[in-house]
Amino acid sequence: MNKTGAERIRKAFLKGKAFIPFLTCGDPDLEITEKLVKAAIENGADIIELGIPFSDPTAEGPVIQGANLRALQGGVTTDGIFEFVRELRKEVTVPFVFMTYANVVFSYGAEEFISTCQKIGVDGIILPDLPFEEKEEFAPICKKYGVALISMIAPTSDKRIAMIAREAEGFLYIVSSLGVTGTRSEITTDLSSIIKVVRENTDIPCAIGFGISTPGQAKKMAEISDGVIVGSAIVKKIEEYAKNAVLYVSNYVKEMKDAIGEL
Amino acid sequence: MMKMTDKKGRFGVHGGQYIPETLMNAVIELEEAYNRYKEDAEFNRELQDLLNEYAGRPSGLYFAKKLTRELGGANIYLKREDLNHTGSHKINNVLGQALLAKKMGKTRLIAETGAGQHGVATATAAALLDMECVVFMGEEDTKRQALNVYRMRLLGAEVIPVTSGTATLKDAVSEAMREWTSRIEDTHYCLGSVMGPHPFPTIVRDFQAVISKEIKEQILQKEGRLPDAVIACVGGGSNAIGSFYHFIEDKEVRLIGCEAAGRGIDTFETAATINTGRLGIFHGMKSYFCQDKYGQIAPVYSISAGLDYPGIGPEHANLHDMGRAEYVPVTDEEAVEAFEFLSRTEGIIPAIESAHAVAYAIKLAPTLDKDKIIVITISGRGDKDCAAIARYRGEDIYE
Repeated sequence: MNKTGAERIRKAFLKGKAFIPFLTCGDPDLEITEKLVKAAIENGADIIELGIPFSDPTAEGPVIQGANLRALQGGVTTDGIFEFVRELRKEVTVPFVFMTYANVVFSYGAEEFISTCQKIGVDGIILPDLPFEEKEEFAPICKKYGVALISMIAPTSDKRIAMIAREAEGFLYIVSSLGVTGTRSEITTDLSSIIKVVRENTDIPCAIGFGISTPGQAKKMAEISDGVIVGSAIVKKIEEYAKNAVLYVSNYVKEMKDAIGEL
Repeated sequence: MMKMTDKKGRFGVHGGQYIPETLMNAVIELEEAYNRYKEDAEFNRELQDLLNEYAGRPSGLYFAKKLTRELGGANIYLKREDLNHTGSHKINNVLGQALLAKKMGKTRLIAETGAGQHGVATATAAALLDMECVVFMGEEDTKRQALNVYRMRLLGAEVIPVTSGTATLKDAVSEAMREWTSRIEDTHYCLGSVMGPHPFPTIVRDFQAVISKEIKEQILQKEGRLPDAVIACVGGGSNAIGSFYHFIEDKEVRLIGCEAAGRGIDTFETAATINTGRLGIFHGMKSYFCQDKYGQIAPVYSISAGLDYPGIGPEHANLHDMGRAEYVPVTDEEAVEAFEFLSRTEGIIPAIESAHAVAYAIKLAPTLDKDKIIVITISGRGDKDCAAIARYRGEDIYE
């Protein structure tokens, strides 16, 4: 475990195209989240993106907003999630990446939050409201504790792609479409061109997220990248099946992993 | 020096651009366009023309003789932003931003609104400048301010009730931000207060600064000297920063922002950010926010839909840090009493938001000598609030 979070994350992309499911911690409760994480890993998940709920998730569509709300109403807290991950880490080795909002980290005390990530075995952090221009807020602390601060590139990034790619670590989160998270019937952004610019500037893996829900979409996205991130499609199943969601999520992860595993 | 913002739009530690990558080029484009047009003679002439001929500027600085006599202390002037077209100060900013958006080639305006004043102003500018308009308004507020919903629709805007979160102003801002990330090309987000990511706090302040520019000229003409205090209500803080701005360097002028304390700052039902909040990052900016131990944004409360917001603009946060401005809490009850008092004494029905500033002046004026001068900004008219205040007083009237 003397490697950095960024190195452990990159390693997860070496076995082929990576499948990265997103789960909101505590939706509907932490016991179910634990079962879902383990089920996702058994069915081929390569990295797990763990959401720490925020009251006002401005980058999320209605589905993940709902998950945030359910988790908070269930009483989950940042400290509760840290304890949960600390225990979970004893049983599983795949990289964990926290996904939350800047205020959750800031208000906890950035150094306290990020050093705890290192202690409990969280390899990276994704903060959708922390663009390149503001990353100095947390980047030096992340570096100090070997926790990867994951960068995002959007369909509108244009001339910013090279700048972001050059300083990215762990993996690059390529946002597939305009707008907030949520499933989409079609992804129309010219992602190949974006990834081409990324490749000219860095060799770190690119994973595409936002809007992916079907095996067909996952396959198409994995063909042009190193992995896919799926959130809303999974959260929808949890919303629908609640405590019985584990079986449905297991089957779904397997189906998605199989679709990209052929590549 | 303290009025300057650096490249990233910081006011002391506050401000910044904490937004999704998807929006970064949009705010950069906005900043570039603003920097170009704010120096553009043609743009400024057009804007000045709209402000004077269409919005009715300059607004009066009225000596409230009866109010002064009743309170028996300082001389009280009212800056009559309530007399602007659309009934509040919001039009100052909206005409500026809409004109800027038009120059940028945008054809669609989106906006959040709390009390509905900013939504009405945006719908108005959109009608005038032939732009499409969509306004996000918390469902709770669409009920509290049903008349303004009708006005916006009458003006041709689409009003989308927001049901997420607490269904009030903060959720309307979140939803407008979400909408902007999904449609940037033809859309300008016409933010209504001195908040959000850079460059909004600066742009909105500059467009609202006309308030203090006029106060200064008018008071010098009427009294031959600067006022001793300028008082304005603060939610996000646009009418307050507009009222303060040209006095920031005049250290002898007290600047007082009145926050909505709701049922009191010792209760959870409050929206007094400086008095009960702490430093955080939300809605694109670092500033003070009402939040819990884990940084979850608090469900704030005020009788005033326009002040019912858990944050405050970054420039105010910095004026507070520097001790240059004071931020005082005013409860629902105090505001309602002031709403009624000003109506009776001067025949001016203030917006319930502005009544928070009046309420503090009612406390302050009697403690000051008779040769002192205070200016209260009446940010808007109170017609929209009559039904809600009647209900507060137990009288069920229908709009």
